[in-house]
Amino acid sequence: MSSTTENHTARHNGIRTVGEPAIVRWLLTAVAMAFLALFLALPLAAVFSQAFEKGWQTYLAALKEPDTLAAVKLTLLTAAVAVPFNLAFGVVASWAIAKFSFPGKNLLITLIDLPFSVSPVISGLIYVLIFGRQGWLGPWLEAHDLKIIFAVPGIILATVFVTFPFIARELIPLMESQGKDEEEAAIVLGASGLQTFFRVTLPNIRWGIIYGVILCNARAMGEFGAVSVVSGHIRGMTNTVPLQVEILYNEYNYTAAFAVASLLALLALVTLVVKSVAEWNVRRQMKSQERG
Amino acid sequence: MSIEIENVTKQFNGFTALNDVSLTIPSGELVALLGPSGCGKTTLLRIIAGLESPDGGQILFNGENTTDRHVRERKVGFVFQHYALFRQMTVFDNVAFGLTVRPRSVRPSKGEIRDRVMGLLKLVQLDFLADRYPAQLSGGQRQRIALARALAVEPRVLLLDEPFGALDAQVRAELRRWLRRLHDEIHVTSVFVTHDQEEALEVADRIVVMNRGRVEQAGTPDQVYDQPANPFVLNFLGNVNLFHGRLQHGGIEPDSRNTVSYVRSHDIEIERTPQDSTALRAEVKHIQKLGPSVRVTLAVAGSGEFIEAELTRDTFQNIGLQQGESVYVRPRQVRTFVEDYQI
Repeated sequence: MSSTTENHTARHNGIRTVGEPAIVRWLLTAVAMAFLALFLALPLAAVFSQAFEKGWQTYLAALKEPDTLAAVKLTLLTAAVAVPFNLAFGVVASWAIAKFSFPGKNLLITLIDLPFSVSPVISGLIYVLIFGRQGWLGPWLEAHDLKIIFAVPGIILATVFVTFPFIARELIPLMESQGKDEEEAAIVLGASGLQTFFRVTLPNIRWGIIYGVILCNARAMGEFGAVSVVSGHIRGMTNTVPLQVEILYNEYNYTAAFAVASLLALLALVTLVVKSVAEWNVRRQMKSQERG
Repeated sequence: MSIEIENVTKQFNGFTALNDVSLTIPSGELVALLGPSGCGKTTLLRIIAGLESPDGGQILFNGENTTDRHVRERKVGFVFQHYALFRQMTVFDNVAFGLTVRPRSVRPSKGEIRDRVMGLLKLVQLDFLADRYPAQLSGGQRQRIALARALAVEPRVLLLDEPFGALDAQVRAELRRWLRRLHDEIHVTSVFVTHDQEEALEVADRIVVMNRGRVEQAGTPDQVYDQPANPFVLNFLGNVNLFHGRLQHGGIEPDSRNTVSYVRSHDIEIERTPQDSTALRAEVKHIQKLGPSVRVTLAVAGSGEFIEAELTRDTFQNIGLQQGESVYVRPRQVRTFVEDYQI
């Protein structure tokens, strides 16, 4: 414990003595802020100003359009399936990775990262190659009258794949930093595996879970590439919100396109707020762990 | 309850943590497992608790084989070096945990749990902290809460893994005296792991000195200190000087059997005139004052060996030693071992 305290003070002193002159710090901060304004704030403002260009009424009308409503519903459904699925997977995988050692552990960590390293278009194509008409399982699916590609199941599958790492990635370092002392203490005191999980492990990782879920949800609702490949773009049937934005935009229906896009932008803002709250809590928790 | 450890072996990825360890821990005693880091003492403690399983050998509680019993059923109390308090629970809930997780049929009522927890918090003198969270407590308070939590389930055995290791020196000294008093009150068979010889000598009824996965010696503090079984035990319990040969006729005489003589630093007398034939001529090289005691480094004349002597401040002032002075050193107590042994 004393060594971590020393580290803290050492780092602290380091900042003070090796710090850059004020002008450099201001310059760097200004550059970063300008960058942010140009690439984030400006586009965000553009989305809302375009969306409201023709007034509230047009904005609401664009959102009430049946195809758009269908897209919103499909997006909500997709997220409602993909997020809980990845939550369950993420918790189980990170529990296993952080608390036990087993053969194939490193392989599992690598595999969890796979969707991050693969282009979303490829992720979509994978499912077309497996479930599509010409794919491995295509003939069998057709014989049983099951539709996956160009239908809702395909969209959900692609979304699950793409959002796979978000929760696990968040929980693994958190759980590793917490170690397994508390779990061992609970078991020595007579708690069952389930009691240990629900009363000790879960409360310790709840902010990590919220953080992971919110990121996973944002991506599930916003995914374009993978979903675009498997969707088939059938209006009112297999279009999610991002796909609907694209269609409207390609039809030069700018106001409607930006109105729908503003929904995604709002989602992004809410996500950011929840994310920062969760992040703050996770960091605090890790720090309290360091302090022992 | 007594604990018997019979021929326990444990390996981690080819590293032998415990090598055929056998040991009896008598009922009601406070036993210290003492040794340098990596000697296997924590592994042994975790095997007794059931947190690790041995590769070979068995553990008996009161003569009954518990080797294959799950941790949950062993009814041990375990205190972790870094406390392992449940950070999301209050102090009260931490201590109550072992009772509230019991199946409904054997769970005490809310009121009984409340009484028991508050009783334990009084025992560890922290009942005023019941509503706090672990992060709000000092290290010493956390460890006392951890102890109360372990005692709440009325364990048959109390196991403590370097319980004072993460605390600063003063709290540490205070807490170990307190643990000794507590043990005198409740008499539960207790085993604690430590690498601090002073701690073991002060607190324990019996000390088990371990090294490289083996037990070097087990006995009362007096036994291991006064009659060390081998150079390792001697060396580990206090500062010693080592001479290759026998100390006789005013010199160090090597012999054919590679005899090594050991003298504890505080068993060395420094005098201006030789009292008897065992005194060696030496030169004072360095004087270091360490609070109540003074450490004097001396070079033995004609051998190139150095001796460290520890004197009380009073003795030091009475002799009035100066650096560079020529004096006589006389070992009060010498232990010789034939060197077949690597430290």
